[in-house]
Amino acid sequence: MTEKIAVAVAENLINLTIDNREVSVPAGTLVVNAAKLAGIDIPVFCYHPKMEPVGMCRMCLVEIGRPAIDRASGKPLLNKDGSPQINFGPKLETGCTVPVSKGMVVRGYTEEVTEARKEVIEFLLTSHPLDCPICDKGGECPLQNLTMEHGPGQSRFIFDEKIDLAKNVPLGDLIFLDRERCIQCARCTRFQDEIVDDPVIGFSQRGRALEIITFSDPGFDSYWSGNTTDICPVGALTTTDFRFEARPWELQSHASICNHCSVGCNTTLNTRREAKSGGDEVIKRVMPRQNEQVNEIWICDKGRFAHHYTESPDRLTQPLIRKGDALEPATWDEALQLVGDKFKKSKGKFAALAGGRLTNEDFFNIQQVTAKLGGKALLDSQMAGGEMVAQVGVGQGTNLSDLRAGDVVLVIASDLEEEAPLHWLRIKQAAERGAQLIVANPRRTKLDQVAHRLIRYEYGQEAAVVHAMLDSFSPKRPDQPASVKQLLRDESVKAAAEDVQSATNLIVFYGSEGLDVAGSHTLASACANLLIATGHVGRSNNGLVAVWDKGNAQGAWDAGFATSVNLADDLAAAPNLYIVGADPVGDRPDLAETFEAAEFVVVQELFLTKTAQMADVVLPVLPYTEREGTYTNAERRVQRFYPAISPRPGARADFAIAAQIGLALGLELESKLASLAFEQLAARLPAYKDLTYGKLAETFEQWPIIGREDLYYGGTTYDNTQGLGVQPPSGAERGESPALSFEALTDPEKRKGLLAVPVTRLYDLGLTVTTSEILATHWEQPHIVLSPADAEKLGLELGAQATIKLNNMQSPVAARIDNRVPKGVVLVPRSVGLHIFGPAPIEVGA
Amino acid sequence: MAEHILLRHRDNKEISKLPTYRKGSGFSAFERAVTKLNPEEVTDIVFDSGLRGRGGAGFPTGLKWRFMDKNNWPHYVAVNADESEPGTFKDRELMESNPYQFLEGVMLCAYAVGCNDAYIYLRGEFWDLAHELDKHITKLHKEKLLGDQLFGTEYSLRIHTHLGAGAYICGEETAMLESLEGKLGQPRLRPPFPPSFGLFGKPTVVNNVETLANVPLILEKGAKWYRGFGTEKSPGTKIFSLSGNVMKPGNYELPLGTTFRELIFEHGGGLREGRSIKAIMPAGASSSLIVANDVALDTPMDYENVPNVGAMLGSASIIVIDDSVSMDWLINKTVHFFEHESCGKCTPCREGTYWMKNITERIHHGEAVWDDVLLLNDVATNIKGKCLCALGDFATEAVTSSIERFREDFETRVPQSRPKTEVKLSL
Repeated sequence: MTEKIAVAVAENLINLTIDNREVSVPAGTLVVNAAKLAGIDIPVFCYHPKMEPVGMCRMCLVEIGRPAIDRASGKPLLNKDGSPQINFGPKLETGCTVPVSKGMVVRGYTEEVTEARKEVIEFLLTSHPLDCPICDKGGECPLQNLTMEHGPGQSRFIFDEKIDLAKNVPLGDLIFLDRERCIQCARCTRFQDEIVDDPVIGFSQRGRALEIITFSDPGFDSYWSGNTTDICPVGALTTTDFRFEARPWELQSHASICNHCSVGCNTTLNTRREAKSGGDEVIKRVMPRQNEQVNEIWICDKGRFAHHYTESPDRLTQPLIRKGDALEPATWDEALQLVGDKFKKSKGKFAALAGGRLTNEDFFNIQQVTAKLGGKALLDSQMAGGEMVAQVGVGQGTNLSDLRAGDVVLVIASDLEEEAPLHWLRIKQAAERGAQLIVANPRRTKLDQVAHRLIRYEYGQEAAVVHAMLDSFSPKRPDQPASVKQLLRDESVKAAAEDVQSATNLIVFYGSEGLDVAGSHTLASACANLLIATGHVGRSNNGLVAVWDKGNAQGAWDAGFATSVNLADDLAAAPNLYIVGADPVGDRPDLAETFEAAEFVVVQELFLTKTAQMADVVLPVLPYTEREGTYTNAERRVQRFYPAISPRPGARADFAIAAQIGLALGLELESKLASLAFEQLAARLPAYKDLTYGKLAETFEQWPIIGREDLYYGGTTYDNTQGLGVQPPSGAERGESPALSFEALTDPEKRKGLLAVPVTRLYDLGLTVTTSEILATHWEQPHIVLSPADAEKLGLELGAQATIKLNNMQSPVAARIDNRVPKGVVLVPRSVGLHIFGPAPIEVGA
Repeated sequence: MAEHILLRHRDNKEISKLPTYRKGSGFSAFERAVTKLNPEEVTDIVFDSGLRGRGGAGFPTGLKWRFMDKNNWPHYVAVNADESEPGTFKDRELMESNPYQFLEGVMLCAYAVGCNDAYIYLRGEFWDLAHELDKHITKLHKEKLLGDQLFGTEYSLRIHTHLGAGAYICGEETAMLESLEGKLGQPRLRPPFPPSFGLFGKPTVVNNVETLANVPLILEKGAKWYRGFGTEKSPGTKIFSLSGNVMKPGNYELPLGTTFRELIFEHGGGLREGRSIKAIMPAGASSSLIVANDVALDTPMDYENVPNVGAMLGSASIIVIDDSVSMDWLINKTVHFFEHESCGKCTPCREGTYWMKNITERIHHGEAVWDDVLLLNDVATNIKGKCLCALGDFATEAVTSSIERFREDFETRVPQSRPKTEVKLSL
């Protein structure tokens, strides 16, 4: 039982009898859930524990009796033997729609109930095609399982009278519908509507003609579509990625963690061996793995579909050493020898730049090498503030699902669904449960729809908003710029300040909308101060969350990395460069000069990136799917992932390579077992004290109970048997007093022309996305977004081609027009090949 | 019926004109209610009259109004004018020919439950009627009988008409509310019932057209007067829609408790010459088939007596079936109707009506064996009592009752050459 239910049990307990067993559950529990908690299965199709009951499929019909009450006295009527007299209704009732009540008696085993289940299955099968042998769901199908258990075993329906319906209906380019298999349970349409607020699919027609259709153009336009295939109780919905690809019984399951964003969704990688891969294991699909504290039972489509880069044939499998103009294959010994020799001589003129997808073990070993050489450990990121998150990040035991009325969530400078989809979802749910949601952003985003309070500011005023909130209830600092004073008069800012002061719990999410690294740092510091000033640090469900751009950015900060405010200068100052899991030249062509001028460049990479092409030594690495390690998510939860497939020969894990380089420098770092590397890390980093791989692998029972033999309850989401991770105490909880500076603010410079601001799109043109062909139509092409007024002034029509000049680079882009964009501002997406690192002047020409 | 209470246009054609209706004390009940009575008093009078819902279920109207959740506002009135039951055509005549009495009933109901916006949900085919009602409503606004601060009080009321898109299911009250909200017309789970969670999630009274048309005269003449008609448990008059193999089909307003025999033979002119009455469907297509023997014909048509002969009064759409009709033909018709109209939300109705249609088709065309008749009976039995709303049950009534009561019709239809077995098919 989850803690939540355990608490409720203590508070408000209802006793009832299900199948002759005494059951105690919290008031309000539905009969099917009460049975499930007691280990009794009442079969369902349409009911899903994450959604409101609808009682449509009629599979959960049971006999429900209630104690008879004497009308005159109001006392229960008793049988001769003194037991309470139970009245059963004339009809069976749906267990999924009836809440438990005191003294209720539920019978799920009587002949009437058994017959009813048989009848419902028989009805469903009259129109179901029973094409299990060619169905992707076969083997993990609730309808198949429940038919075997409860069905009639024989068909009385004449086969010729079955309806033939379309079997390959693309609802979008990611999801296919088989109309014959659909049993009209509406789980998919309800998920899209109730859970993720993208009601882009729905029912059309009626009766047997009832069919799922898409209302959007392009079809099934949602970042969440893949989840509908998990909860579909038949093989009606399948993903383009997995359909006809494998049978469930061939698949091996491996616990993993998604590293696309900093939510850290728990996933299961399903693999099988295939002839076409020379007998090697191949990842067939990515499935959600239940962690009610992180992603519940959902993942976004990026996490589900953008995994193909790990298996790209273009991956590096051999170290390369520069010989003149060319990089030539070398042995690991040669390469490591060279790197060790060169690094040894680099004293004081060294920098490591690491990407946010590396593991904690990788960061730790790289940092040790860097420290030994007296260099700088730099994180390749557009955001800063990780050292503050380490101090005043959310406390141990934080679960966004616990937020409710009285609690406050402030989301500032973030388009949350684009930056961290699961955070968007869980904040939305918190707001729907009654938590006060304040959204501060210069433009409207999807989160606004559930917000209780909106703060609109101008790009550049992010930190000023937070300072104004602080000033509204604390002594006003005399040195505040005009923008703070102006925002202080804003009613929404004042009201928000009152909200956070009176909040039972307060969590602040800060994102990267419109910010460069310096701006991100200033904002993080303002938010941290707001939390400290209102006493919302050092305990669960309180603190600061950075909406990081990559899965393990927080782990990097914890290991001693920091983002550079001026990357070009930092790299130029240290002509010996160790670049790991980052492609600075690819991201910023202007850095090519720095790399040309560099003395010695080592690149550790999966692919021969633009930076790798300029390197002196290139070392091939393993993706997370072929090794183990840990990530720390934005909520400071340390989570463990496991190898899913065998490592590709020739490549090595990043932490191992760093340890081997360290050897030449006299460092004794673990190079073989990630678990031992983690032990070393835990011994050195206070934040990770006492953590072990064993602890990270611990699990406890979660609600809803899913993924066991009762597939019908949660769908094909995987049960979590390999670790829920651990959220260690934050600095504030360990008694460290946060050494926070109060960054002084200045007003944004007055500008004449248009201002380009960076925004994040879920499907950018990063290598991890563009290697998944399945997402091809979703890739964001280079574009800008303008307000209608600016577009008119420039003579640009919707979809017109434009040319922009931005940070000394000229690029052709498509122009989009959106009335949510403030006048004078041009949105420029990150990671689509445009030169944007922060707010910058932009010239737009037709 | 000497004088009509509902079909008053048959006594005075001009009553469909507003001045005529007003001259005959029209809207005086509404004015008196708004200016002199409080809403509870209006509800009490209707409760005391014993008026029962004319949509089919026969639920006490005043009691329904009392159920409105007083802690949740606003309140709505949604009039069910979806009249879709095959054989039912009473609401249409009322709205066409005696519209102001109906509208006054709506207004009194709205006042009684504290509603400022009442909706009339009409089946899509009633588009011309909706247009006429809109004109009447405009006139009421001009005469200050609708609008803001009526008769100088704080009470305001508007009436809106809304057309369905042609679905039988939207006559089910919660499906009607869904449709009224602009959604796919499918029934909701009950409970909660509309008086606590109705239109837009707010407390809502859903009443049938005929029910409300009774209210103005109950208010004007009193509950006691109303109880002078009909029976003790089913007071008042009822419009019986008579159709089928009868000489004079049509609407007949008679006191509840009138016998089938009186309706069919005295008012309806009996059957064609040479034909004898075989069966009666008292509640349209969703009715069980009553064997039309003397006991049945002498049964009073009211909510309490019709069940004694194995059917429900429902909306009192009396379909007369003579001896020229074979029941396999008849249920093939009703089952086709229900298969076509099943909304598809719940499994037994969606799949079961489709299955039944295939079997009745085969039986009717002589392509079945006796086992098919038994299977049909079994499928119908399996639908019954297991559906989300009542319409699933409705689809089975004619089927099971005809197999039980008119077995020989099926025996003759199933080819003699094939063995007639009594083997019970088990699942």
